[in-house]
Amino acid sequence: MSAAQWRRAMNSSAGGNAWARPAGASASSPAVVARAASTPPVGASVAFGEAIRAIRFRHVVILLAVLIYPWVATPFFVYQIGGQALALGLIALSLTFLGGYGGMVSLAQMATAGVAGYMVAIFGIAGEAQGGASSLGWPWWIAVPIGIAIATLFATFVGWLSVRTEGIYTIMITLAIGVSFYYLVQQNYSIFGGHEGFNEVHAPTVLGANFSHAIPYYYLALFWALTGYFFIKYLLRAPFGVALQGVRENARRMNALGFDVTAHRIAAYSIAGVLAGIGGVLMVWYNGRISPGTVGTGPMLDILIIAVLGGMRHPIGPFIGAILFVLVQNFAIDIIARERFNLVIGVVFLSIVLFSPDGLLGLWGYVRTRFQAGGVQLKLKGRSVG
Amino acid sequence: MNSSASFWRWFWVVVIAVPIAVFIVWANITNPRQFVSTLLNGVTLAALYFLVASGFTLVFGLMRNVNLAHGSLYLFGAYMGWVVGDATENWFLAIAAGFASAALVGFLLQISVFRFMQGQELRQTMVTIGISIVLADLMLWWFGGEIYSFDPPRAIFKSMPMLVVNKYPTYRVVVLGIAIVIGLVLWWFLNRTKVGMMIRAGVDDRNMLAASGVNVQRVFAITFAIGAGLAGFAGVIGGTALSISPGEDTRYLMASLVVVIVGGMGSIPGAAVGALLIGLAEQFGLAYAPTYGVVFTFVIMVLVLAFRPTGILGRRAA
Repeated sequence: MSAAQWRRAMNSSAGGNAWARPAGASASSPAVVARAASTPPVGASVAFGEAIRAIRFRHVVILLAVLIYPWVATPFFVYQIGGQALALGLIALSLTFLGGYGGMVSLAQMATAGVAGYMVAIFGIAGEAQGGASSLGWPWWIAVPIGIAIATLFATFVGWLSVRTEGIYTIMITLAIGVSFYYLVQQNYSIFGGHEGFNEVHAPTVLGANFSHAIPYYYLALFWALTGYFFIKYLLRAPFGVALQGVRENARRMNALGFDVTAHRIAAYSIAGVLAGIGGVLMVWYNGRISPGTVGTGPMLDILIIAVLGGMRHPIGPFIGAILFVLVQNFAIDIIARERFNLVIGVVFLSIVLFSPDGLLGLWGYVRTRFQAGGVQLKLKGRSVG
Repeated sequence: MNSSASFWRWFWVVVIAVPIAVFIVWANITNPRQFVSTLLNGVTLAALYFLVASGFTLVFGLMRNVNLAHGSLYLFGAYMGWVVGDATENWFLAIAAGFASAALVGFLLQISVFRFMQGQELRQTMVTIGISIVLADLMLWWFGGEIYSFDPPRAIFKSMPMLVVNKYPTYRVVVLGIAIVIGLVLWWFLNRTKVGMMIRAGVDDRNMLAASGVNVQRVFAITFAIGAGLAGFAGVIGGTALSISPGEDTRYLMASLVVVIVGGMGSIPGAAVGALLIGLAEQFGLAYAPTYGVVFTFVIMVLVLAFRPTGILGRRAA
């Protein structure tokens, strides 16, 4: 977000305050500048036309590629790689939105997804669970909205709790909440089915399409991933998203401008909760079951790894990260040994954090600017010689 | 305004204190033995939590480094202690090895990694997450999924006479004693030695400490080594009381997090208060409401965050 964009956004939403960012704090990294150049600011009415004009050739290619992918790939690649990456990417997208744009790195996103998954199992149809926990057996079109609604409420509660503290405290508190949820579902047999959780939570068959099969599931996950992606892209340029990024940059100043900082932050948690909830429903249908292992510390950190691997500066990041993560997860067996998957992914994560804090997107942006800078230099050299 | 604030304060005190008082009276009338043994278990568990959390809070207070690999250091110290204890058959050497090995890892981490990302708190935290994943998997690789247990001296592993409950495991009381001693030593170290004074000064104002000619990097390295060493020390102590197995790292990381959030981040007395609250809540939860035990811990955390976001004895970061 460039300083000019900021000022314009502030002027339109905060009653024409003259507001300039200090020179030192203005966007200076190449990635930010590049993004600002590619996403022009929107007024509400011209947004659609702008969006149409912003479509590039590569966007069409990627869209076509993901659409015809299931017809050229094997079912394993469609379901285990494609479907899983899209579902995990959607959950990680909620973290990218919170962390990258709201400045609040929450580790409780997997717990939110888990709440949705558990609720679908509890309200919907699932196999008999241990210790007297039983599902109510309601149809999916009641159970799924209830699940997502409860997940959203849960996320709002997490937000209400963690916005009281800032920065690194958020990561501690959300981690503590996530682990508490894990211990709760593990210890509790009467509602959550304890250690075993719920089995046989299958995706429904709607209009002849059985969503537990590879290709229908892939398209279902793709639909929600695209919806989530474009929703976040839209939201980031809407007044709320701009204000949220303002809160990330400088909460005190936004407060002084009359924005309710706390409300914006909690709302961001709720929105991320909806995304994570949808991802959680997709996840429970993907696995066909849900148990404490699904929401343990490992999966919680996996979401963070995915978001960081891809890069938190653009909503496409989590999906790129998820594809890489799922590929490593499935093919670590060829690199070293299946049981050592955590070692491989841990080392990849560590090197990304140590050497490229903006993830693969940051790496790509770095390579591109280096490449372009090199080209410019060559041109200048040629001119001075001539 | 003022009177309404004091009204709400009293309101919450009554809402929280009255049920607890009623519970204590009820539990003592119906089954005093269960109550006292739960109380003892809670206090001794709190002692263990204090040992783990004190290192975590010490590092956080000085360097603002949320060391999410603290649980892994706990487990690492425990395994190293077990290796030494197994080879020498001496439990005290095992404790020393647990402390020394974890302290060495902490020291190396500080001088080779964290020194280069001073002030980048989020990045440091991410790095500690990465380290914890790698360390956990390496330890699983090396030591496997088996459960290891220590062989402490007979004298401290029997049971001893105790009021009301008649007999109580000596070792648990020993853990309590060790925690008190460690707490006193930490207090003495932080308040009476030169390095301790530097650490306290650094907690209050890092830049001012550097400006007055102190080699801050050395103070940081020492603090990180002590914090990590305390985790390894607690690993052997806790591993003796229970056992060592993969997954314990998460459990004690979680315990340190909650203890430090409740007690106040960066405060050693806060860690003691937090550990006491969480230890008691956990044991009473387990004894009186088995499937909802963790909810008590969570409720305490929520209440503290709602009314004192910096923790019971915490101060706002400078």
